[in-house]
Amino acid sequence: MEKFTKLSAIAVPLDRANVDTDAIIPKQFLKSIKRSGFGPNLFDEWRYLDHGEPGMDNSNRPLNPDFVLNQPRYQGAQILLARDNFGCGSSREHAPWALEDYGIRVIIAPSFADIFYNNCFKNGLLPIVLPEETVDDLFKLVEANEGLKLTVDLEQKTITADTGLKINFELDEFRRHCLLEGLDEIGLTLAHADEIRQYEEKQKKITPWLFNE
Amino acid sequence: MSAKTLYDKLWDSHEVRKNDDGTSLLYIDRQLIHEVTSPQAFEGLRLANRKPWRVSANLATPDHNVPTTNRAEGIADPISKIQVETLDKNCQDFGITEFKMNDIRQGIVHVIGPEQGATLPGMTLVCGDSHTSTHGAFGTLAFGVGTSEVEHVLATQCLIQKKSKNMLVRVDGQLKPGVTAKDIILAIIGTIGTAGGTGYAIEFAGEAIRSLSMEGRMTISNMAIEAGARAGMIAVDDTTIEYVKGKTYAPKDEQWEMAVQYWKNFHSDEGADFDKEVILDASCIEPQVTWGTSPEMTIAINEQIPDPNQESDPVKKEGMKAALKYMGLEAGKPINEVLVDVVFIGSCTNSRIEDMRAAAEIARGRKVADNVQQALVVPGSGLIKQQAEAEGLDEIFKEAGFEWREPGCSMCLAMNADRLEPGQRCASTSNRNFEGRQGQGGRTHLVSPAMAAAAAVAGHFIDASQLAATSGSDVSGSAV
Repeated sequence: MEKFTKLSAIAVPLDRANVDTDAIIPKQFLKSIKRSGFGPNLFDEWRYLDHGEPGMDNSNRPLNPDFVLNQPRYQGAQILLARDNFGCGSSREHAPWALEDYGIRVIIAPSFADIFYNNCFKNGLLPIVLPEETVDDLFKLVEANEGLKLTVDLEQKTITADTGLKINFELDEFRRHCLLEGLDEIGLTLAHADEIRQYEEKQKKITPWLFNE
Repeated sequence: MSAKTLYDKLWDSHEVRKNDDGTSLLYIDRQLIHEVTSPQAFEGLRLANRKPWRVSANLATPDHNVPTTNRAEGIADPISKIQVETLDKNCQDFGITEFKMNDIRQGIVHVIGPEQGATLPGMTLVCGDSHTSTHGAFGTLAFGVGTSEVEHVLATQCLIQKKSKNMLVRVDGQLKPGVTAKDIILAIIGTIGTAGGTGYAIEFAGEAIRSLSMEGRMTISNMAIEAGARAGMIAVDDTTIEYVKGKTYAPKDEQWEMAVQYWKNFHSDEGADFDKEVILDASCIEPQVTWGTSPEMTIAINEQIPDPNQESDPVKKEGMKAALKYMGLEAGKPINEVLVDVVFIGSCTNSRIEDMRAAAEIARGRKVADNVQQALVVPGSGLIKQQAEAEGLDEIFKEAGFEWREPGCSMCLAMNADRLEPGQRCASTSNRNFEGRQGQGGRTHLVSPAMAAAAAVAGHFIDASQLAATSGSDVSGSAV
């Protein structure tokens, strides 16, 4: 997994609550057996005016000029500002894969759906939860200042900008550590292989039916 | 020892170790696998040169991409075909049991788990699918995971997890005739909202829940995720044990006796503490129809479509306006005057034998209305299809003008050829009414199987119990 330490980038404001993973990456793109290449189809139904299918040349498709990701001032954005319950619905990890492939590394919202939130950390994406009013202020700040870059520092747990903005955020220590170091969680768990085997031996006596081959 | 909730008991009995940072290593007894969220997990194992920790803990079937017609001809869509073939190959390479597309036991993962006894009380179960909450109906800790966690469970039989908070949703009293499990869960989501359960594990309890069959309970737990909760559990009782008995993978003989004793402990103790409690009165629940693009946007069949201008929260108000625009609806219109173009009866929410029977009961002796362009019935598994056919339900559906299909996820998420065209309005027994969920531009209204069948024969939304009272007469009414 790619490490995350510090990032300075443009933030794109997506002003909708309950953005679901079907909207982040529509189902027809889930047929891929790969982990990469989902970026061009991020928010496909909102981003393009035609219907997208896997295998299309996305560079020739008509863009929806009203959709915020398509606006020239937000090109190159790596931070996504969002509203409540971002990432609700399906558990598809293709949603963080699509965001990451597009170039997004940080998502800031008042709340996230649990499975999506969890999936972000497996892919070097940092979801930041902030109070609704703070997120609201960030929307206003970003919209009023074209080209403004936000700096997200995971060591310091801060979001800053040269407007004098400084916001502190909280994050679970385990997740922060894994992101900072780019750790392989499976490797971490396998370090406890003996304890897993001990647990299994104990359970075989209590619930033997779960261990029938 | 202090009183524990059902969730506490499930959690505690699966904790391999507690880490210093507040997370735990949780043992996973069962993983269900399907073709969409597993290829990258198997690829990850190969790249890291890892083997599954315990092959027999996994069970696989293709469901999302499979066609519901002409199975003999295989899968027409070349990309879907590769995905299903990739599952076949991965299961073969790693030695995982798979019910392939043409196996009678194939079906939607959340239908076949319980049907085979692969889902058992007191266990932990995961799948790379958010509707894994379904299995919570068995007093099981079951939740959806992403592909990285599918790989993690394959490689270690464990997950690093942080415990959720406990939430109790109690539905007291008895339902009115014609009101079903689907109406209960939609009413719950309408009450607590789609993020109401975020960060919680829900336990559904109360007389109305206890009175439900396992099929009904699965419908309830299935949609816990639509209320934001990854897990939605129901305590083990005689109904649970009776259902599990005799299933293929259920324990037998002495192990059965031992298991029953063990399972009976999987309920919340008297006086157990919940972080949040919600209480509903079952007798106040009416048949539900969703009107918008989020499952919380639900109303009773006798109500009007709500007006965004009455909403004070600005973000909610904008959401309502956007939903009405997408759905092509006007505030104030009675929902039972809204015409439907397509009817879909199926999905991991409502494709079990009871759902088939409830829909057939309404369809019997009636005809699909002229304005309804397509009415699909998609059973949840090959075995359910076989049973429904033995009961003659397929004939009832076909005579009424419904199409009787092969099992799979089908039009719930339209990954196969079954999908809505832009602007088409569907009465659907599935679980999500998100924009584009059933096909780009498609408009989804979530309802129970009886309500979907009633909409099919009436051509518009209608209280199914009104139809049940008449039988087979003209019911098209005066909807416009």
